Amino acid sequence: MGVDRVADQQDTEGAQEARAGHPLNSGSAAPVSVVACPDGPLLVRGDFTLLGADGEELPRTRRTVALCRCGASVLKPYCDGSHKLIGFRSEP
Amino acid sequence: MKQPSPRGELSALLLSVIAGSVASAQDALPRLDALTGESISRTPDILHDDDLQLALFCLYELHYSGVDGAGDDWEWDPDLLRIRHRIEAAFEQRVRDETVVPALPEPTSEAVCAELFRLTGEDGGPSMSRFVAKSATDDQLREFLVHKSVNQLREADPHTFAIPRLSGRSKAAMVEIQADEYGNGLPARMHSALYARTMRELGMDDAYGGYLDAVPAITLAVNNLMSLFGLHRRLRGAIVGHLAAYEMTSSQPNRLYSRGFKRHGYGPDVTEYFDEHVEADAVHEQIAGRDMAGGLVESDPRLLEDVLFGAAAGLAIDTLMTVHIMESWEAGRSSLRASDVAA
Repeated sequence: MGVDRVADQQDTEGAQEARAGHPLNSGSAAPVSVVACPDGPLLVRGDFTLLGADGEELPRTRRTVALCRCGASVLKPYCDGSHKLIGFRSEP
Repeated sequence: MKQPSPRGELSALLLSVIAGSVASAQDALPRLDALTGESISRTPDILHDDDLQLALFCLYELHYSGVDGAGDDWEWDPDLLRIRHRIEAAFEQRVRDETVVPALPEPTSEAVCAELFRLTGEDGGPSMSRFVAKSATDDQLREFLVHKSVNQLREADPHTFAIPRLSGRSKAAMVEIQADEYGNGLPARMHSALYARTMRELGMDDAYGGYLDAVPAITLAVNNLMSLFGLHRRLRGAIVGHLAAYEMTSSQPNRLYSRGFKRHGYGPDVTEYFDEHVEADAVHEQIAGRDMAGGLVESDPRLLEDVLFGAAAGLAIDTLMTVHIMESWEAGRSSLRASDVAA
């Protein structure tokens, strides 16, 4: 997910603009949390926008997303469960 | 749901009673109770007993969409509830006999989550998803859709019954998962709606229960297990474990199912249901394992064994259905009760 950024709504102007037309976001911003799932993805919750390197919002159909960190997903930046197939370990 | 065809004396009498087509329900109910006892005592295996599984399915259906022609009052009729309880007791015992509950981990969220991932990562017998991806014929894809349609056209409903029985972290987690299942407020994005569209694209009947007559007892048992767990507060740990295992065994199989339909030339309108689940369930499995199941055990450690039982039972009964389908296909037979129903 190298070039993609997870931006906190409250901190980013571009994100605020993006949020205006976003059906998934409610009126009040919820704090963003990122859970580093052991041997799995990064689970991102709260009000955030996911941008590509060009600043455009990436296609997203759900509020909470799982971001690939094993590198094997075919749906990057999203997780597709491939970490289980390749035996990804988050701890050395 | 439209009235299914009876599969034996018990389901025939039950359907007549709830449809009001017996002369006197007062006379028929004791007969129904007696028939239930006889059916339970003489069945070689309730998991594969068409008459008992259909009767149980119809009794549960009174709590979902109802059965066409059946009065709404039957849902909480004490006589029917007693009969349902007799079937449930035999069914639950048989499921417990079939299920191996793993050694219990520490009652912490991370330990429960890790154990559920370990359990669901074990080889559970034949792989229907790999077969669907590589080898299934068009007819077999349609059979596959028929088996799944019993649950997928009401996807998420059995587990939703558990929401009021949870609290705090596990409740928030289950609601987060279920909201996604129900399309986050967009009816067309409901997983049941995506599944209905897949069926329509293949020219199949997308009405809930439309293919009930075609599915074997073991497919009904897979669905009855969810209702058993979902409708009993006593089994709230089991329904949570069941959902966690369900989510944890979904992403990769759905990718393979999608590949099978693409192999036969079907487009995105058919495969979106499966493609959506690859991404959705990679999210859900993390929430389900850690926050829903792990959160439940941390708030009430006494439920640890139930959570693992629910997960293991779901996997075990699912495997029996997969074995039935794969053995039928390997023998060149249909896995359905009447080979022309899905056409």
